[in-house]
Amino acid sequence: MTQADETDITLTAKDDASEQYLTFIMAEEEYGVDILSVQEIRGWEPTTVIPNSPGHVKGVINLRGTIVPIIDLRQRFGIASLEYGPTTVVIVIKVCVAGEHKVIGIVVDAVSDVFSVHHKDLREAPDFGEETDLTFIKGLANLADKMVILLDIDTLLSSEVLPEAAQLSNIINTIDAESTQAVSA
Amino acid sequence: MEIDLSQFSQVFFEESLEGLESMESELLKLDIASPDPEAINTIFRAAHSIKGGSGTFGFTQIANYTHLLETLLDEIRDGRREMTSHHQDILLLSVDLLRNMLDAVMHEKSFDDPMLGELEQKFAAELTQPIPQEQTPSEPEAPELTTWQITFKAGADILRYGNDPLLMFNELRQCGELGVELTSQEIPDFTQYDPEACYLAWSLTLTTDQPLARLKEAFEWVEDECDIDYQAQTQESAAPAIEAEEITPTPSQSDSQERTVSQAKPSVVSNKTQDAGSIRVSIEKIDLLINMVGELVITQAMLGQIGQQEEMTPESFITMKQGLEQLASHTRDLQESVMQIRMLPISFAFNRFPRLVRDIGQQLGKQVELILKGEETELDKTVMEKIVDPMVHLVRNSLDHGLETPEVRRQKGKPETGSLTLNAFHQGGNIIIEIIDDGAGLNTQKILDKARAKGLVGSDEELSEEAIHQLIFKPGFSTAETVSDLSGRGVGMDVVLRNIHELNGTIELKSTQDKGSRFTIRLPLTLAILDGQLVRIGRHTYVVPLVAIHESLEVPADHINRLGEEHEVIRLRDEYLPVLKVYEAFHHEADARQIKDGLVMVVDANNDKVGLLVDELLSQQQVVIKSLEDNYNKVAGISGATILGDGTVALIIDIAGLVSLAGINSTQEHAA
Repeated sequence: MTQADETDITLTAKDDASEQYLTFIMAEEEYGVDILSVQEIRGWEPTTVIPNSPGHVKGVINLRGTIVPIIDLRQRFGIASLEYGPTTVVIVIKVCVAGEHKVIGIVVDAVSDVFSVHHKDLREAPDFGEETDLTFIKGLANLADKMVILLDIDTLLSSEVLPEAAQLSNIINTIDAESTQAVSA
Repeated sequence: MEIDLSQFSQVFFEESLEGLESMESELLKLDIASPDPEAINTIFRAAHSIKGGSGTFGFTQIANYTHLLETLLDEIRDGRREMTSHHQDILLLSVDLLRNMLDAVMHEKSFDDPMLGELEQKFAAELTQPIPQEQTPSEPEAPELTTWQITFKAGADILRYGNDPLLMFNELRQCGELGVELTSQEIPDFTQYDPEACYLAWSLTLTTDQPLARLKEAFEWVEDECDIDYQAQTQESAAPAIEAEEITPTPSQSDSQERTVSQAKPSVVSNKTQDAGSIRVSIEKIDLLINMVGELVITQAMLGQIGQQEEMTPESFITMKQGLEQLASHTRDLQESVMQIRMLPISFAFNRFPRLVRDIGQQLGKQVELILKGEETELDKTVMEKIVDPMVHLVRNSLDHGLETPEVRRQKGKPETGSLTLNAFHQGGNIIIEIIDDGAGLNTQKILDKARAKGLVGSDEELSEEAIHQLIFKPGFSTAETVSDLSGRGVGMDVVLRNIHELNGTIELKSTQDKGSRFTIRLPLTLAILDGQLVRIGRHTYVVPLVAIHESLEVPADHINRLGEEHEVIRLRDEYLPVLKVYEAFHHEADARQIKDGLVMVVDANNDKVGLLVDELLSQQQVVIKSLEDNYNKVAGISGATILGDGTVALIIDIAGLVSLAGINSTQEHAA
């Protein structure tokens, strides 16, 4: 009895050094996100399109009274997108961007599993040179003979909702508008 | 014992700001020739509690400064010094200064404003000035010694409240020579003795050169609980005795002061701009809400009972239908009363204007009478916060450009004192705020000349009077001949207009030369709900604020003209309006790609009319505004989102944003 308790304790102590990840499949690759940031998993439903938004922003949905943007992760990663069907899954994720909590949905092919990843099993992503921005990859993990790409979801999604990004596109818009005006004048 | 004072400091800040507000309004109302003693008392009380509170929290700078205020006020209160307009001025300046000081303390910044030193000197100068001659009987110029016989009978609870008579006596001792004699006959039998109560009384003899008020200060905190009697013993003059008589009714006097303070309180809500975090709601509104929730719970119980029945009988079906109807009506009522909570009377916005008008009037040498009407009109707190600045601007403008100096007014045969009216009332789901002056009105010729000089209007273009008035809302337009402190920098009316448009409101201007001007601001009562027109563009549904829509029409092909490659205009009666193809701006697919195939909705964009090309008009409905920025970003041309009856999201069009997105700008077209 006492012995069993002790083993339990040692187990939890070990678990402290690991984190749980929800993994999902996209184009035969398996990705993981910190399970604590996942709010819920839902089926795909039609969205309301946001005008002049980048292609991977599919629009917004009504999530029990909150307006939540939906992002297609395939398109975000530059993978050819699939036709959405009844099996298409949206993972609703809470992210923290510049101190503010935002709720964002990501479209993925399918949800796979939940894994505990020990810190010692985590490998850094290989360096592909300066051209490739991999800051949104937290690391790679080897789990049961397969590799899972662990995403830093805050960094990944912050580019969608950071005010600077919005300002930038506004600036570009105004420059465009001004140049068209100049032409018309 | 350690007490965390920080939890009380917020209360102190709120109360102090309230105190300053009431000080300010009392000061402004004050009739210098015969000041109302009650008003002086209110001002004194406010200064006094700020001093007390800041001392407690260790804000010595504020405490020291308010002490000066208090001393002056006390002399005025006791009738030893006459109120002058100079006093009024420095007291008003002090209100401003204290506000800044409080602000600095609140944000934990250090405060060093040269104003502080200046005002301190002014007070010092004022206080050292000999008190005017006619008052001499009560206060001889050379301070003379008076012997006071003070009987102090401590209230039974005095020790429980943490007041120690010894400390008070020590304070008295600083004023002069003090003799203390204890009277202890009140001590009861040992069996009835309450060890925490105080049964003692003292008779004190004090010889001092200090005024009575100084002595009273020592007992300030306990004067309500204890019997204190002051008797002057000098033969010298009768005056102190009179003073003493005046003092005897102190308890009742202070009672009535407190009553006025507490009467004033329910309507006073903490300073409007400085804190966005909290709101004070009247008990009445809360009670209404609680009632409503009670009703809701009853209805829920009723419906719950039906839900638990095994089978649905025709009777229970009817009861359920009734229950659902009740539920619907309660929900609606509840929604209304929740909205009510955010509603505040507009007097909170109006309150700052008496001061503003007085200061500006003085600065410009103009005599102005400010009339406030409809102060009880309620509107949403957030709307109020955002409308104050535009209103301040309009009032400044009216005073600076509108009202004339007394000489000019006399020449024009008008009364020397100009009038400025702020009026607020409800109309439909909107609040209307009017700013009316009886000044010079807009000089249409001057505006037109200026607009031509600036290239806003073509030199041969003739404009209707109304169109000329609209010119003042253009960016970079100001007719003031000299740039003054108040206005004339050319930023202004366009900012006012933009702020009002951000609130989904409109502004109109009516002006008659030499008769005056009237600005009418129309705002929605709340920012949470919007009257919207649903429109369809391709397979997308958008909401357009109803208040901005003038009309919608089909335009026959022969009324459409092209302007260059990009722009098309339509002829509507005798006007030409640019048309914005919404589907192009938003890069959507649409049924109607040509103006003649669709509907043109004539809307107001920055007080210019613009046509929006849409496919179809759907229903009109009230929509609850949701923010897109909470989870996403600001989107150009979109002001927010809403959820429609079927649960889908529709985006709300921001017309001004859409116009700039599409690059239609009629001002620039004029210039070109």
